[in-house]
Amino acid sequence: MSLTVHRPVTASPAPGRAADAADARVVVRRARRAPRRHLLRLVGVLVVVLVGAFAARVLLGDYTVTIPDFVRILGGEQIPGATYIVMESKLPRAVLAVLAGLAFGIGGAIFQTTLRNPLASPDIVGVSLGASAAAVSAITLAGWSGWPVSAAAVAGALGVALAVRGVAGDHGGFRLVLAGIGLAAAMQSVIQYVFTRVDEWDVQLVLRWLTGSVNGVAWPSIGLLALSLAVLLPATAWAARSLPATELGDDTAAGLGVGRGRTDVLMLLGVLLVAVGVAAAGPIAFVAFLSGPIARALNRGRTTLLAAGLVGAVIVLVGDHVGAYAFADLNLPVGVVTGAFGAPFLLWLLARGHTGRRVA
Amino acid sequence: MTVTDGRTGSAGTTGTGGPTPTTRLAASDLTLGYADTAVVHGLDLEVPHGQVTVIVGANACGKSTLLRGMARLLRPASGAVLLDGEAIHRLPSKQVARTLGLLPQNPVAPEGVTVADLVARGRHPHHGTFGRWTSADDDAVAEALTLTDTLGLADRVVDELSGGQRQRVWIAMALAQGTDLLLLDEPTTYLDVAHQVEMLDLLSELNARRGTTIVMVLHDLNLSARYADHLVALHAGRVVAEGTPREVVTEELVRTVFGLENRVIDDPVSHTPMVVPVGRHQPRLRRRSGAQPSAPQPPTDQHPAPLQETR
Repeated sequence: MSLTVHRPVTASPAPGRAADAADARVVVRRARRAPRRHLLRLVGVLVVVLVGAFAARVLLGDYTVTIPDFVRILGGEQIPGATYIVMESKLPRAVLAVLAGLAFGIGGAIFQTTLRNPLASPDIVGVSLGASAAAVSAITLAGWSGWPVSAAAVAGALGVALAVRGVAGDHGGFRLVLAGIGLAAAMQSVIQYVFTRVDEWDVQLVLRWLTGSVNGVAWPSIGLLALSLAVLLPATAWAARSLPATELGDDTAAGLGVGRGRTDVLMLLGVLLVAVGVAAAGPIAFVAFLSGPIARALNRGRTTLLAAGLVGAVIVLVGDHVGAYAFADLNLPVGVVTGAFGAPFLLWLLARGHTGRRVA
Repeated sequence: MTVTDGRTGSAGTTGTGGPTPTTRLAASDLTLGYADTAVVHGLDLEVPHGQVTVIVGANACGKSTLLRGMARLLRPASGAVLLDGEAIHRLPSKQVARTLGLLPQNPVAPEGVTVADLVARGRHPHHGTFGRWTSADDDAVAEALTLTDTLGLADRVVDELSGGQRQRVWIAMALAQGTDLLLLDEPTTYLDVAHQVEMLDLLSELNARRGTTIVMVLHDLNLSARYADHLVALHAGRVVAEGTPREVVTEELVRTVFGLENRVIDDPVSHTPMVVPVGRHQPRLRRRSGAQPSAPQPPTDQHPAPLQETR
């Protein structure tokens, strides 16, 4: 077989070649544009869905708030009943759901993409629970609050991430997942142990640190998370520019001049995103795990951190809404709902055999 | 062969012309290995510029390790890999990536990625911190796709392609990188013989047309002898012979390097040396006159001679 280029038979070689080159450029431009347009449309749709879910979460429920009322409440007006419900319950829950969902969705997708394994998400390999164990220890045993709790969560998440990496090496295969699951179980028992050491505790609090919840979080915690994301998300966008290269594997990436350092920076940002999310909302079960693959499926199989974050935000918002209103006399934490949806998805993923058997 | 490239990739490096080829990539007293087991021992190698260099050797002789070392994927235990006279590990990696391309063995394409997108990723080293995609990048991708005859696949998903097509797409990615040197680790693995030849034809055309210096590890000694300008035989982490295929591929060398009894004959097509292995198992000699199956052969170890009759 030989290399051939189709060109008009009649044309003299030189103009024919120029035309070919121009044609080729057009083909390349068109082929490169199609996936980006699709992603742009997808992000647009997800933003609309997110805004819709946010509005539903804030305005609807047992007590319906009209949009004009909502605007007036935001303006500082006191409407008996409504102001309290919106400002102290619904709005903080919805805002926290969006922020935590973004953090978990993007953090999870970073893990899954860099480790090339959908099972290697921070909530499965123990990173979220590590952050949770550290945070709950800081709160209940040391009596900390505010940013030191976030710092403890970051330390816990980093500790687990480094431990898993130390045990499993650099690759995202079964070793990593198994080591992570082991550590996750250990972290869970740490959390349970911590609760046996404190005199007063309630089910909601235990559930928050074991499976995650956006109930009853004060505005300062939410503000701290927003502030952290304001730093971490731009940093992630910057670091993710090397993702198209690192996604090709260590060797090919090195050939393109991208060393392992870039991957490590991105992973570190993923750990931090998850940790600050956990410090505010607890390890909301399976959000990090679900968002990446769902976003990928919506994006024709291609990696997208942004869409993963939006999917995460939608999942937490909708999950919280369902948990709050699906059962008449029960206010389920969002983690219970996402956990219930995540488990079948995990089984489906395992059944499809899509769990890290790809050659890295 | 109709493609002629007006703009030669790199100024002044075309062709295999010069009688004394210069060197841009060299290994100097290079030792590579893991922990205390060195795989490559104090190796010196000069890659002739503008030529096709093929590294051959038995399994586990260190040929892939050597290639990985030259592509700075492995840090040398001692010695250095020199690119234009400077130690490659001390150069900025993006700068190296604009001069030296690498196609590893069995690269895996990310899920759902299209051919155009994958090949475009080869432009990564040309983009700075805030570098934008330019029409020069479009041109480089278009040219790479045209040269590898994959332009028609531009909007296809890489996972869905056949093995041969996929390998051409990966080569296109390495070409889009626009480097003067290209290292390839067994670019023909998992390809059938027709696609192996097609791949090697493509690479030698690139070498001839763009003057790209090619260094590759190949398994097939006969194809290596056919496509190499410069052949390097490796044994136990050391260079045992290098030179033109005719100088290197001898019965003696194949016996040393591969531990294989063999005959070397003239390749009837390319007139390069061709190795014919002599195994322990000999095919039964069929006598044209007698129809009866021949009796079990005596142990042939002492008698390699009967082979000559079967040739």
